Amino acid sequence: MIRILRQILRTGIVTGKTPQVDDPNIKTKGINLEDTVKKCFRRSLTVREVDAGSCNGCELEIHAINNPVYDCERLGIHFTASPRFADVLLVTGPVSTNMEIALRRTYDATPAPKIVIAVGDCACNGGIFGETYASLGGIDKVIPVNVYIPGCPPTPADILNGFYKIFL
Amino acid sequence: MKRLETALRAVFGDDIKPDGHREPVTFTVPVAMFAEAARTLKESYAFLCAEWTTDDTNSGRGYGIYACFRHSSEYLIVKSELSADSPEFPSLVKHFVPAYRFERQVRSLMGVTPVGHPDDRPWIKFEDWPQDAWPLRKSFDASTRMARHDGEYAWLRAGGEGVYEIPVGPVHAGIIEPGHFRFQAVGETIVNLEERLGYVHKGIEKRFEAMAWETAVRLAGRVSGDTTVAHSLAYCMALESMTHCHVPERAQWLRALFLERERIANHLGDIGAICNDAAFAFMLYQCSRLKEAMLATNHRLFGHRFMMDKVTPGGVTVDIDLTAKIEILSELDFLDRDFHRLVRIYEESSSLEDRVRGTGILTSELARELCTVGVVARASGLNVDCRVHNPFPPYDSIGVDSPVLVAGDVHARVWVRVVEIRASMSIMRSILAKIPVGPIAVECGGVSPDTTGFAAVEGWRGEIIYWLQAGQRGQINRCMVRDPSSVNWLALEQAIKGNIVPDFPICNKSFNQSYSGHDL
Repeated sequence: MIRILRQILRTGIVTGKTPQVDDPNIKTKGINLEDTVKKCFRRSLTVREVDAGSCNGCELEIHAINNPVYDCERLGIHFTASPRFADVLLVTGPVSTNMEIALRRTYDATPAPKIVIAVGDCACNGGIFGETYASLGGIDKVIPVNVYIPGCPPTPADILNGFYKIFL
Repeated sequence: MKRLETALRAVFGDDIKPDGHREPVTFTVPVAMFAEAARTLKESYAFLCAEWTTDDTNSGRGYGIYACFRHSSEYLIVKSELSADSPEFPSLVKHFVPAYRFERQVRSLMGVTPVGHPDDRPWIKFEDWPQDAWPLRKSFDASTRMARHDGEYAWLRAGGEGVYEIPVGPVHAGIIEPGHFRFQAVGETIVNLEERLGYVHKGIEKRFEAMAWETAVRLAGRVSGDTTVAHSLAYCMALESMTHCHVPERAQWLRALFLERERIANHLGDIGAICNDAAFAFMLYQCSRLKEAMLATNHRLFGHRFMMDKVTPGGVTVDIDLTAKIEILSELDFLDRDFHRLVRIYEESSSLEDRVRGTGILTSELARELCTVGVVARASGLNVDCRVHNPFPPYDSIGVDSPVLVAGDVHARVWVRVVEIRASMSIMRSILAKIPVGPIAVECGGVSPDTTGFAAVEGWRGEIIYWLQAGQRGQINRCMVRDPSSVNWLALEQAIKGNIVPDFPICNKSFNQSYSGHDL
């Protein structure tokens, strides 16, 4: 136990600054993610992640926004196990033929109003997997998408910045 | 010492002939002897690595069925030619358990029948696909939009008093890939687990066939995003074996450096996640802090957090200079120190030990029968590691300390990772100390028609195999990808039996197999 406490104290706080966005729209509107989440969502923006066919690269980066360096929970963003509690669906991958039904059902299970964020190049337009018998292409071929975050995979900072776009 | 080749020649004599000067040696046998050849190899302690088919109808032949075997450092491929009208071959399931999934996949995606296979349910192909949709056949247009059909998957059932079923997935509670697990349980004890995968099937093998050799490396790097370096490396090495391209030595050393960085980062993530599934969140945050430090360094030095697209045919695209070297060395010091402290905490936490010891045991016997590879195999007493048995430079001169444990439980799988992280750090130090100077890439050269290429690379999960076949115009006719997950998923089903349902997450995490790499 003493080693754990010592290690915690030694580590201290490693969380970096809230990522700063370059998007001029966000700058002029003066949106601050933390304040907006606090105001609009009572400090609790609940996210359900759905892998609709990704290669797992985007999942690693979504994991990373939970790590102590990016720590999305300090902004009021947290992940839930069920779509029933979610405000946001964070969807990755091209939609594979075999995941189409599961994705639709997850979308239907999410209470309105709901926001869909497509994470990664494949989620935006099918990426390298394109549109084939097994891949239907981007997420918007199956469910409506509100925000697109391109990148292969997008960095954790890119993903956090993507959340700003909800409020534009 | 070619044990498998000798055994095969002793039994079959002149009935079989080696195919050209291909590496590894490829024997063509009459289809009636396909299973017999496998049986002979099994008697010589061979492992089955992969089984796959090719569609050679465009070249005026029928189909080809291939099986790749390994014994220590020797790889050997057995091939049979099948007629175009009724393609079928004798099943290998009775001799090699992993053939169970390989052959279901072969039947589902290529429409080639394994005669004597006990399970005729499709695999990867879902029940709502048209029955006659065989995407790997040349006659199947990749852009086909398949209409959905009614159909039901015949799950295995368990009956009796108090037996109940728990369906899980494909959308899981955590941030992980999709797959379906069906448990039959009595009380808390799992009687049986049936996996159902294929949800992330993106038609990767078919997609390869529409790409050019040089650009397809990008696709190989996205077969499984967490293993991007190892997959692109295996693809490149297979391609280089076809074009007889000699990769500069510096490039090979840099490839090894990337491979070891990928291994450490993923193992750190896994150790943290396994402990977190035993409610030891402290470890998750500490390990993900170390992992994040490595990824950030990758981003700074190589321009990508996972080093995607940094390995290309003929070499690598990014070099390191003196400052980068110093930065990596000082990062290693930091990692070494902090990791050492975390391992001590792991060792001394009795509550954690209670959860990881004796949980999810995969016996050595099963690990062998199932032909498992990588971390899972090494935690169950199998000494398999491509870096040791088939080393490419610099591994041949540096030497790899590859741990083998026998307990086969969650702890053993954690501990293999711990030892491997330490070994990888020392490999990285050796690389940085001795890396030769010179160019980092050469022209890869063109591919001759009707040739094949093969490579096996030890990724962080285990052995990754690529087998490439050029068509008559020198284009990609077939790209067979064998991620370690294709064999190791079967082992999870066996390891979980008799454990309690709440221990499934920790067992699953200790295997941490790829869904995308399996489904392709």
